[in-house]
Amino acid sequence: MIAVRQRRGAILPGLSAAWLAAGLGSVVAAALVALAVGPVDLGLSSIGRELLSHVPFLDVKSPMTATEDAILWQIRAPRVALGLLVGAMLASAGAAYQGVFRNPLADPYLLGAAAGAGLGATLVIAYSHGGASRDLRPLAAFVGAMVGVGAAYLLGRSVAGRTTATLILAGVTVASFLTAVQTFVQQQNTDTVQEVYAWILGQLETSGWREVALALPYMVVSWAVLLLHRRLLDVLAVGDEEASSVGVDVSRVRLIVLAAATLGTAAAVAFSGLIAFVGIIIPHAIRLVVGTSYRIVLPLSLCFGAAFLVLADVLARTVAAPAELPIGVVTAFFGAPFFALVLRTTRMVGT
Amino acid sequence: MTPLAVEGLRVELDGAVVVDGLALEVEQGEWLGLIGPNGAGKTTVLRAVGGLVPYAGSIRLFGDEIAGLGRREVARRVALVPQAPVIPPDMTVLEYVVIGRTPHLGYTGAPEARDVDVCRSALARLDVAQLADRRLGSLSGGERQRAVLARAMAQDARLIVLDEPTTALDVGAQQQVLELVADLRKSKSLTVLSAMHDLTVAGQYPDRLVLIDRGQEAVSGLPGEVLTEETIARHYGASVRVVSDGDSIAVVPLRPHVEREERVGS
Repeated sequence: MIAVRQRRGAILPGLSAAWLAAGLGSVVAAALVALAVGPVDLGLSSIGRELLSHVPFLDVKSPMTATEDAILWQIRAPRVALGLLVGAMLASAGAAYQGVFRNPLADPYLLGAAAGAGLGATLVIAYSHGGASRDLRPLAAFVGAMVGVGAAYLLGRSVAGRTTATLILAGVTVASFLTAVQTFVQQQNTDTVQEVYAWILGQLETSGWREVALALPYMVVSWAVLLLHRRLLDVLAVGDEEASSVGVDVSRVRLIVLAAATLGTAAAVAFSGLIAFVGIIIPHAIRLVVGTSYRIVLPLSLCFGAAFLVLADVLARTVAAPAELPIGVVTAFFGAPFFALVLRTTRMVGT
Repeated sequence: MTPLAVEGLRVELDGAVVVDGLALEVEQGEWLGLIGPNGAGKTTVLRAVGGLVPYAGSIRLFGDEIAGLGRREVARRVALVPQAPVIPPDMTVLEYVVIGRTPHLGYTGAPEARDVDVCRSALARLDVAQLADRRLGSLSGGERQRAVLARAMAQDARLIVLDEPTTALDVGAQQQVLELVADLRKSKSLTVLSAMHDLTVAGQYPDRLVLIDRGQEAVSGLPGEVLTEETIARHYGASVRVVSDGDSIAVVPLRPHVEREERVGS
């Protein structure tokens, strides 16, 4: 008995089963609500029975008409799925950026992903027309985000005596430059300003499952890499010098984590625009309530980020129905007060 | 095998030569103290020994040149305690100590029960087992320093390198930490290299001292041989009185050139 108790005590307290269950439960609950709510009320119980009807050997009959079925599977489900992916991605990438920079205010856009994606999308919106514009926009945003962060990383690396602060400054430099170009292009093409603006504020727009299928592979790779590095992110908390003195190749870990987080973020912004604050709100709420270890923060950011963004999207499409609010407005509306709270309660670590 | 053998060590930082032609040898089980004025290069020597700065010359850890050892292997052989460790305030003591197990884990590996046992026993050995679940930000200076030492112990290295381990501790906490290091050295047959600021402490704990000045060895020998009033005046520019009772040495700073009459003010 005593031996058993010592054995138990020997395990490092990490993500508890209860919190993991809460995280997964929030994803399921948010998804169900988002599937049910909309211009056509599908009802939770019919959605439940519709889902069960796809389970073999249960012999549950779906109560849905063909139209309802199409609304559920061709319109709402893809949008909910994209919301889950983007929310999970932005929150986990934000957590990773905060770990790599030891800075509570870092977010996935810190190194120029947003500015790069914004420029890419703006160029396409301004200079191509009709269907081509819609198809090219995600690709341009994806490439823009990767190029922006890549340029910031190379610039930061080329500076002597580089530190994480140098890298952040390089990110600020690149972002300012790309934003300047983006603003110029936007001003030269006033007829598309509104479209650019809508894109920048963020929107989850799906046409069937195409967006989900395109974004998913990048995000899966990103999550796998980030989750495998969760313990090393904890080690980085003691600073570069001490992390290397316990045997960690700090610049390599930083490069791998940044590359993975950026890849996923680029895939997210390609299909959702620039949704603000999710990457900061979610990891910080988890740190404040559950714990600061990345063994806790990363998996829970995935879950709560997904649930949060899907619920934000429900508000975005119902509050002013039949019009839609940009989802970035909803996340920022709840995010800004929370962000102020974080500023007031956390100590600044590093720069 | 000699835990640490340094020969012709030369380190440049930002183009300035900080260490120039230093030789050191620390025997198994020995405690070598590194003293010298501010800017003499003590910390740089320790960082080089920890594999954290590029160097010219030779640094052998248990027989092998550190430039040829992987980062992880260096971390298994030498545990470095910096002068001002980064203390993440929200991390628990146990999570912090587990960081010391990093060189024994795979790249993406997680600490196993055995690793956590090593950490808990390191905390127990330092009499702070009860702090395991406390947050670092809530600890006193002395408790914090024990947590830092426990992390170094968890690293399971046979050479421990301490950079001014008692900075910012009160005299009681200083003594406790140094006695702990002395105990650990005996019970775990560790070898200790430490940079020391306080010359009285330097006179009492290490077996041998090396005084470096401007990146070079100035004097070395037993504490009684190195800590003389002339030597300290020459290298520190300080006026001190060295008091010895045969076993231990105390270095007491004295205010230079003070006229008694003036001080009384009559």
